[in-house]
Amino acid sequence: MQMTTLRQDFLFLALFAIAVLTMPIWLDPLGANYPDLLQKFAIYGIFAIGFNILFGLTGYLSFGHAAFLGVGSYAAVWAFKLFSMNVVPALLLAMIVAGLFSAAIGYICLRRAGIYFSILTLAFAQMSYNLAYSVLTPITNGETGLQLSLQDARILDRTFGIDATGGIPFPNFFGLTMGGYGGFYFCAVLLIVCFFIALRIDRSPFGMMLRAIKSNQNRMAYTGFNTRPYAMTAFIISGMYAGLAGALLAATDPLAGAERMQWTASGEVVLMTILGGAGTLVGPIVGAGVIKYFENIFSAYNEGRLHAIFSFLPDGLENFFVTVTTPFVGEGWHLTLGIAFMLVVIFLPGGLMEGVRRIRSLFSRRKSKPEQAELAPAE
Amino acid sequence: MRTTVPMENTVLHIADVDKRFGGLHALSDIDLDVKEGTTHAIIGPNGAGKSTLLNVCIGRLAPDSGAVVFDGKTITGKRPYEINQMGIARVFQTAEIFPDLTLLQNTMIPAFAKRDGAFRLNAWPMVSRQREIQEEAEHWLQDVGLIEYKDRLASSLSRGDKRRLELAMGLVQHPRLLLLDEPTAGMSRHDTNATIDLLMKIKERGMTKVIIEHDMHVVFSLADRITVLAQGRIIADGKPEDVKGNPVVQEAYLGGTH
Ligand SMILES: Nc1ncnc2c1ncn2[C@@H]1O[C@H](COP(=O)(O)OP(=O)(O)O)[C@@H](O)[C@H]1O
Ligand SMILES: [Mg+2]
Repeated sequence: MQMTTLRQDFLFLALFAIAVLTMPIWLDPLGANYPDLLQKFAIYGIFAIGFNILFGLTGYLSFGHAAFLGVGSYAAVWAFKLFSMNVVPALLLAMIVAGLFSAAIGYICLRRAGIYFSILTLAFAQMSYNLAYSVLTPITNGETGLQLSLQDARILDRTFGIDATGGIPFPNFFGLTMGGYGGFYFCAVLLIVCFFIALRIDRSPFGMMLRAIKSNQNRMAYTGFNTRPYAMTAFIISGMYAGLAGALLAATDPLAGAERMQWTASGEVVLMTILGGAGTLVGPIVGAGVIKYFENIFSAYNEGRLHAIFSFLPDGLENFFVTVTTPFVGEGWHLTLGIAFMLVVIFLPGGLMEGVRRIRSLFSRRKSKPEQAELAPAE
Repeated sequence: MRTTVPMENTVLHIADVDKRFGGLHALSDIDLDVKEGTTHAIIGPNGAGKSTLLNVCIGRLAPDSGAVVFDGKTITGKRPYEINQMGIARVFQTAEIFPDLTLLQNTMIPAFAKRDGAFRLNAWPMVSRQREIQEEAEHWLQDVGLIEYKDRLASSLSRGDKRRLELAMGLVQHPRLLLLDEPTAGMSRHDTNATIDLLMKIKERGMTKVIIEHDMHVVFSLADRITVLAQGRIIADGKPEDVKGNPVVQEAYLGGTH
């Protein structure tokens, strides 16, 4: 948190909005300009922003946030089935259900801090994951996953006479279908809104209290604060962000399965946040983008692509480079990601945003007084 | 034994407090009254139980028996944040600050606690627009002499400066009772004198204080009343002149150093 003026913040927000909305343009040279991936960038960006409100600000490391993502997806698909293919009821229902669910889980887990809190959240998420496959199959449809069907009630759609003629209708926002670039721009606008809310929280007294809890929770109690409701509110807000992200996943690809709640998915958002920079506003979104990029682009590389890339080299060298790089692409993208993650954590403990900050201060130090580095870090 | 009935202008009344840590009797039969508007010093050798007594007062430790009454209300058993909200603030012996926040933020936070209570969802307005709180915080940072570093991180301060920051954090709440645990420990002589001046100034405004202090210069320049603790017991209690001349105290505490 820093003392910024309204004008600086609006400029910041405007730059962010431009960067997000022009993603199809500047991601094109990187080979990432296709709607599915763009949607994922925006959706996981929302997930990570929300996660950061809990982890980045209060320091409570949840290892179970994918549960809220999954709950959001299920709630959204149910809203599509029962009410309408319009995404508005689906998003609202998902956020409400995820909010209630996180209130219940937060109420229990926040009785402990540190590693015990993390383990409790992990246990709850795994429990939800397993229940989705067993007891809760009437709601989750077990391993098949929850899907739409022609026979769905869609009460609102039918009362307003918007009915499917042939085929299962696709989720839409008053006619704007959630597939393709339309889906991306819809998610992108929500990402900007979510970012704006997170920005306001970050600059608010409430946000400052959350940072103070991270810095010295005991002191907060002796300063007159009941820290539990603060942490609880942060937990619920981040759960609702996750629920929204889950609903958007279901809106852009209308089915919901329990694998979305698995612990690996919970771990992924932790990686995103740390990789980008926990506690910064932009970092988690950058982290989400980098990880989704690796997952989709690097995993799609195969030997053929590598041969094409290194084809400018003489045959012997070409084969050598292909052999050396093969383990890092395709199935091996995890290896690349793992190495990148370790390098960041070791050399830039503040995440990629710390790298940005260091480069920036390198330039500004030349111009202004050297004391700058001693001041509070930006963002 | 003195009476256990709190007198009218008693702000803090400690009644028969006992506290053991395993076999160690850290506090035995402590009876103490702190009067409105006074500065009450607690002195005694290391390990006498002074900090433990303050811990009992702010709800960090529960006494084994006995009670602490603040403004006529029993506070034993209450949570630390409730006790603070009732009007007791404390400056800790080892600085308890928010190392990752700036000095200004460190000082604004207690002011928010005072204004907004134990919890308020104040998530939309910007901190930078909370002018009154900010000015109040800057005022106290000025008084403790740290205003020029207000945008630095608290972790970057020297030990003595951290104590001064914590003093500002306590004062910004205008507590009804301020508990100071060796506020000048780790400070240079110059800063110690500045702190005494500041505490004198506050005293003129009538804030009630309990101060634990080793520095006799500080004690005798500030205290209206002195309680001497040794091995968890009160061995003397009275006006500074009386305590100074008390042979028991001379032997147990002052004797070696004076
Ligand atoms: N939380 C604790 N657990 C166990 N022993 C403690 C605890 N706090 C203080 N003590 C012991 O109680 C005695 C009094 O400590 P303390 O109140 O800190 O003394 P001082 O008068 O120097 O402030 C010491 O012997 C100390 O070791
Ligand atoms: Mg002590």
